[in-house]
Amino acid sequence: MLKDITLGQYFPGNSPIHRMDPRTKLLALILYIVTIFIADGLIPYVICAAGLVAVIRISRIPLKLILKSLKPIVIIIIFTGALNILYTPGTELFRLWIFRVTVEGIRTAITMIVRILLLVASTSLLTYTTSPMALTDGLESLLGPLKKLHVPVHEFSMMMSIALRFIPTLIEETDKIMSAQKARGADFESGNIFQRAKALVPVLVPLFISAFRRADDLACAMECRLYHGGEHRTRLHSLRYGKVDAWGGLTAALVCGGVIALSFVL
Amino acid sequence: MAIIETRDLSFRYDEQSALALDGVNLSIEEGSFTAVLGHNGSGKSTFAKHLNAILLPTGGTVWVGGIDTKEESRLFDIRKTAGMVFQNPDNQIVANVVEEDVAFACENMGLPPAEIRSRVDEALSAVGMTEFARHAPHLLSGGQKQRIAIAGVLAMRPRCIVMDEPTAMLDPSGREEVIAAVRKLNRETGMTVVLITHHMDEAALADRVIVMKGGKVALDGTPRQVFSQVERMEELSLTAPQTVLLLRELNRDGAGLSLEALSPEECADQILKYLGA
Repeated sequence: MLKDITLGQYFPGNSPIHRMDPRTKLLALILYIVTIFIADGLIPYVICAAGLVAVIRISRIPLKLILKSLKPIVIIIIFTGALNILYTPGTELFRLWIFRVTVEGIRTAITMIVRILLLVASTSLLTYTTSPMALTDGLESLLGPLKKLHVPVHEFSMMMSIALRFIPTLIEETDKIMSAQKARGADFESGNIFQRAKALVPVLVPLFISAFRRADDLACAMECRLYHGGEHRTRLHSLRYGKVDAWGGLTAALVCGGVIALSFVL
Repeated sequence: MAIIETRDLSFRYDEQSALALDGVNLSIEEGSFTAVLGHNGSGKSTFAKHLNAILLPTGGTVWVGGIDTKEESRLFDIRKTAGMVFQNPDNQIVANVVEEDVAFACENMGLPPAEIRSRVDEALSAVGMTEFARHAPHLLSGGQKQRIAIAGVLAMRPRCIVMDEPTAMLDPSGREEVIAAVRKLNRETGMTVVLITHHMDEAALADRVIVMKGGKVALDGTPRQVFSQVERMEELSLTAPQTVLLLRELNRDGAGLSLEALSPEECADQILKYLGA
């Protein structure tokens, strides 16, 4: 049952989007998110959506996967939509029980929904096309200037990549411990939510103990391989901007800039 | 000076506990393949941890490549000279991709990317894992993971590789894979190997076997010399290889055979000679 969890959800490929430097992708995504929150009016949103669809096409990630990533937020969308429709004051369109549905309300609701959809779809596209390792490397490099302020950027990215590395190992271990407990009569499936949570305690305790033991072993192994923090460290695959980044970055900047400008003009 | 030398090495984990190592005097020659055997608690793992300055001696001295392990400023030189492979392959793999894990030590050394690339390729081919360079480590078998761990150490280009029960958590085929890779390294590149183990058949492949008991060196010699001392082995609660045991049973009936037979073929030769005579 735990095997189904695919954190990071990276789908390897060789499209220009996959080959792009993670830093370019991160920056482009930030720019895109800013744009969809500034954008105003029908045409800017159509351009934003069209741009995203184009990028999805180029990345050759099946549209189905992107739609799947939107599934968990359906409730949030319905909630935001309803709240906006019911509570925005303005010109009354019709009355629904004690609520006044307004033109402005419908307009804000649609804008918010489109924003959330684009936000989640674009971020999932980033994780679908960028390996977790590349993403951590990109973050480390982008946050590099913070090192001057003594923010332990390297340590954070190391912790993140080790956490990612150990997810499958710990999932496997959890499965093993659960089987062992089941063999001794533990019951994880019946009872109410509190009883089920309580049944997990005998799984979590050994899992934690073993995780600490692993951490100790790993630290020793890392020291034996000369690990001494981020100083003077080089990388096998150092991040490098290429042609794809120039084109991708430029296109993203132009489209986003255009959309922002258009929103102000209209 | 030999690559690893210890003089009167003793160690205790804390004030109250007994000595885990008690006056160990050993010297291990460059290019040799040494197996360290012993029961649980014999001090063999404690000994291994001294060769890499993970533990520092309570008394006596350890030299690795001529450097006293107490010299803290030269810790990296010591660890570059004697690389260490541990028991659990899962707990020593750092990265999400095989080649990035192998590169880890080189990255820490601050080598240029091109140099790292060539060292990674070399290390992976030395353990026969080149085709798995882009794989995720958690999808590999135990034996493959352990070979990756060995490659990760090889990439530092150490002169000596110390392995602390590298096969203890592996299935028989994984054990075979790992031991074959280690033997090949020792034969072909002259890498000094110190293998801590409790498997007799692995120790039998070494040039030299050291048996430890209670923190002391109990036996030291070639596998033939050590394993033919069946009574002494039994005193140390170790079982000699089955071939030696069989020959000894025959000797009880007055066959008068030499006990120095480690492989089934050698054993068969001895018996044939006896039957023919």
